[in-house]
Amino acid sequence: MLISMNWIRDFVDLSGLDTDALIHRFTLSTAEVEEVYRYGADTHGVIVARIDAVEKHPASKKLHLLKVNDGTRLVDCVCGAPNVRVGMRVAFATEGAQVCGQPIARAKIAGYDSCGMCCSEQELGISADHSGLMEITDDIPLGTDIKSVYGIEDIVFEVDNKSLTNRPDLWGHYGIAREFATLSDRPLRPVPVQDTSVYDSLPPVAISVEDPELCYRYTGIQAENITRHVSPVNMRIRLFYCGSRAINLLADLTNYVMLELGQPMHAFDLRRVDAVEVKRFPAPFRFRTLDGNDREIQPETLMICSHGEPVGIAGVMGGLSSEIEDDTTSLLLESACFNAVSIRKTESLLGMRTDASMRYEKFLDPESTPLCAARFLYLLAEADPGARVISRLSDCYMRRFDPITISFDQAYMDRYTGIRISQQQIVKTLTSLGFGVTTEGDSYTVRVPSFRATKDVTIKADLVEEVTRIYGYDNFAIQTTHSALRPVPYSIPNSDANRTKDLLVSRYALHEIHSYIWSDKAALSDLGIVPEENLRILNAGTPDHDTLRRSMIPTLLTVAAKNKTFADRYGIFEIGRTVEGLREDRMANERRKLGILLWDRTGEEEALYLHLRDILSDLLQLLRHRTASYAVGQGIAYGWQHPVNTAALVADGETIGFLSVLHPRVKARLDRKAAVAVAEIDMDRLAGISALSLAYSEPSRLPGIDIDLTMQTDVAALDFPQTEARIRKAGGEWLRSVTVADVYEGENGSSITFRLAFVSHDKTLTKSEIQPAVDAVLKALAAQGMVHKTL
Amino acid sequence: MKTQIESMRARFCEQAAAADTPDKLEELRIAYLGKKGEITGLLKELRALPDDEKKEAGRLINALKEEAENTVARRTEELRNAAEESAVRHARRYNPTIPHTADHGSYHPITLVQRELEEIFTGMGFTVEDYPEIVTDYQCFASLNIPPYHPARDMQDTFYLENGQLLKTQTSAAQNHIMRKYGPPLRAIFPGRCFRNEATDACHENTFFQMEGLMIDKDISISNLIYFMKTMLSEVFARPIRVRLRPGYFPFTEPGFELDINCLICGGEGCPSCKNSGWLELCPCGMVHPNVLREGGIDPELYTGFAFGLGLTRLAMMKYGIKDIRDLNAGNLPILAQFGNR
Repeated sequence: MLISMNWIRDFVDLSGLDTDALIHRFTLSTAEVEEVYRYGADTHGVIVARIDAVEKHPASKKLHLLKVNDGTRLVDCVCGAPNVRVGMRVAFATEGAQVCGQPIARAKIAGYDSCGMCCSEQELGISADHSGLMEITDDIPLGTDIKSVYGIEDIVFEVDNKSLTNRPDLWGHYGIAREFATLSDRPLRPVPVQDTSVYDSLPPVAISVEDPELCYRYTGIQAENITRHVSPVNMRIRLFYCGSRAINLLADLTNYVMLELGQPMHAFDLRRVDAVEVKRFPAPFRFRTLDGNDREIQPETLMICSHGEPVGIAGVMGGLSSEIEDDTTSLLLESACFNAVSIRKTESLLGMRTDASMRYEKFLDPESTPLCAARFLYLLAEADPGARVISRLSDCYMRRFDPITISFDQAYMDRYTGIRISQQQIVKTLTSLGFGVTTEGDSYTVRVPSFRATKDVTIKADLVEEVTRIYGYDNFAIQTTHSALRPVPYSIPNSDANRTKDLLVSRYALHEIHSYIWSDKAALSDLGIVPEENLRILNAGTPDHDTLRRSMIPTLLTVAAKNKTFADRYGIFEIGRTVEGLREDRMANERRKLGILLWDRTGEEEALYLHLRDILSDLLQLLRHRTASYAVGQGIAYGWQHPVNTAALVADGETIGFLSVLHPRVKARLDRKAAVAVAEIDMDRLAGISALSLAYSEPSRLPGIDIDLTMQTDVAALDFPQTEARIRKAGGEWLRSVTVADVYEGENGSSITFRLAFVSHDKTLTKSEIQPAVDAVLKALAAQGMVHKTL
Repeated sequence: MKTQIESMRARFCEQAAAADTPDKLEELRIAYLGKKGEITGLLKELRALPDDEKKEAGRLINALKEEAENTVARRTEELRNAAEESAVRHARRYNPTIPHTADHGSYHPITLVQRELEEIFTGMGFTVEDYPEIVTDYQCFASLNIPPYHPARDMQDTFYLENGQLLKTQTSAAQNHIMRKYGPPLRAIFPGRCFRNEATDACHENTFFQMEGLMIDKDISISNLIYFMKTMLSEVFARPIRVRLRPGYFPFTEPGFELDINCLICGGEGCPSCKNSGWLELCPCGMVHPNVLREGGIDPELYTGFAFGLGLTRLAMMKYGIKDIRDLNAGNLPILAQFGNR
């Protein structure tokens, strides 16, 4: 929102104070000022002059040769404006003047001397009008400095609308002026208004409101005999500086009052609208708003009607059919207060926001509608003295809100602030901001003014803010808290994530990536992957991104596809969120998952797969001191997994993830040469698995014996954990460990060499002592179909 | 016997001088001093000598034995020294200046910044909490004093899901859960990924990271909040920071603040980065709104607290000079691999 300092000065005397310093304090105490614009400071030497003679330029169709009377003499001027005429008063930039920074010098134009420039409003920077010269009324004496008559010089600052969301009272200059009055410790002047009681004997306007919860108050009044159509220059300058376009007197007046008091108003042409019903319609229909667009009106949308015909969307925009036109001479003025939630719903249904609806959605003060109408009438009488009010001020006050009173004591204020702000200062600040304050000892009773009572100030903490922001946060003495020492609760998921990242990055040289929670359907389609049905986003930026992902792996595959040339051999991982559909309570089954992808263009897929297996096993050892096991051929849930070379990762009897290579279809599309292995761990499942203590056993001080047994068997089909269990069972008390010393796979079948380590705590074992155990093992293995290979 | 000893001594000395390897010396030692060695043999012959010669011969043989032992030891030492010197002289020179080509991994820059912050906060007694990314309307809005149709909501900014849940737009969505989980007093930070449905460009992402902090106890004041923020941010930036608080509106705080720090690029003098103001808007913060405390099961008459939000993504970009926010989620390894543990 744009705020004019000239306008502020209408309501508070800021003479002798540094404007920039005040604006800075406004930033620190009220809302951030984003930009400051200085208008008219680089314009000087522009005076009121009269055109005394007009002669056509002999050689130009457009140019005229003027004699301009500056009050003391006649000056030559060559002018290209179409609206020049003898007797017209214009803004004349004299020789040596500056107009918006442009120096004006004597010049030869098309062969004739020109000693100055007649200005358009656009050239003066006070409007967008460049259709001709600015015309000045006859009552202003020749030679008068134009800046002494018009508010051309002004400082305008911009406040981000978002920072005013909670302050409906700051959506007009008067509310801002109240802040300046408080910050500068100067009084706030009342707004000059028309006394409307003089119209009490006139007939009322027929106003009816259907639902008091949607329209709290509707104030209307009628006037006629309006003959002026253009607004006074100073009003137009202010509207222009504050970002509003001058339209016609009545529309400008509604905008002016809105920018001044924050209350949206609407002027209906009285010929079309002389009575008002505020209501909703049972069925949808089309309605043309005054911007010329046809809008689909839904049954929940509140409408302004006249004799049953819709003439405006309440609080948003009027209808085209009842707008003020060039020949309009009479109006019905609307000053109303609507339900903010209803306005917001209408905005979202129509997909439109206007200056009016932006204010209504902030919860405006219903108390102010008659005052704003009275202000309109005051300004109308100034601009068009012939205008005549023909109705009484008719007021439908449907829903009154109870005044809010808040009590607190000094101790509360001291505790909440942590500093001491004196009673005198608290009372002064709140009073200046419009609150009614009474004190009794250390207790305060505060009446909230109606313009702050609509959602904004409701509890005592709100009053702390009012007092402290004016006190100034820079003036706070700051101090540390005095809290007792307590142990910090420990987070397993966070610790798991951090240690996992450390292992993967530091030991296995993987790269951590970040991605999105949704599937990228287009990128997956390139890989021949169709994402599984899953929970969808209703308002995704693109349909490609409307489905949440179930697994981390497809995301990693798309990342790998983008990084084919990064290195021959690399790995990536991410701990991210996925969704496995809905739980029974219809909530998303959100899972934190670790996804890992290894890429190798130089090695074999099997080696990469087994390397990834080692990583998973290592991770489980690190985080839980547990041995991972792998259920071969299980854990297949997705089409991109290899149907044979996929294994479920099992810990403590629970499946917590999988290890896989890619289905040939996906692999071929990703990269012909690269071996790719992927794995996923459900970190939430992992979090539920307890950590074992590190297993320690006293080593024997005596030498042991290692026995290697080479067995002929189908190694690919071997279940090692099961075999190991058999060996251990048969191996007797001295069998300390079973490891794999060698695997051989050749054309004539395959074999595996188990290394059995025997050791005793009590004696040095001899071969003959352990031979019975070795024989038992061989027997157990033979029962499994393995054949002992002897050299 | 005497001449026999003398000639043996001469032979030994000659052979010892000729032995040029430790192995040859060992052979020599065994040949003379071993169990079946020549000198050992002489000692055996001693028994056969008459008593008057025994003493003299015994002395001579022992002298020879001692001399032989010393010679072998000395020569062994000499040869070892020579071999070591030669090994040093002929050593191949290793070059540590040639870079190794071993793989190295990398952390995502967000992780690096998040960990730095977590260390600072855990050092100040804060627990680190994790929270889902998919939340309910209640968690993200209603529990934070933002009822339906509140102006602070905007349909355009929130990703809504077909089951009525939404992607959390702010880490504050965890406040209610944390208050209920721990109860007062509490100190927690909760980093998390947030989502806003907006068009992306170099400065805007629909997926980004925040870290929120919450401290609730008896008598926590605005004065405490300012002190804490100043101390905490000085730690984060590893230098003394000046802070400035301005009123800021967040429905879940009262009062709420926008916190500015003195511009780190110009030091507060004014430069293009701070739009010549000398200040950088860094993080929103505020006293927890009494309604939010009450909703979290905490009595606002007994307890007060403050909350603050740090833009992790923004901090990471500031710290490393990352210009395009989209690079963070794009999985571009030439960029990400630079944040490695080389």
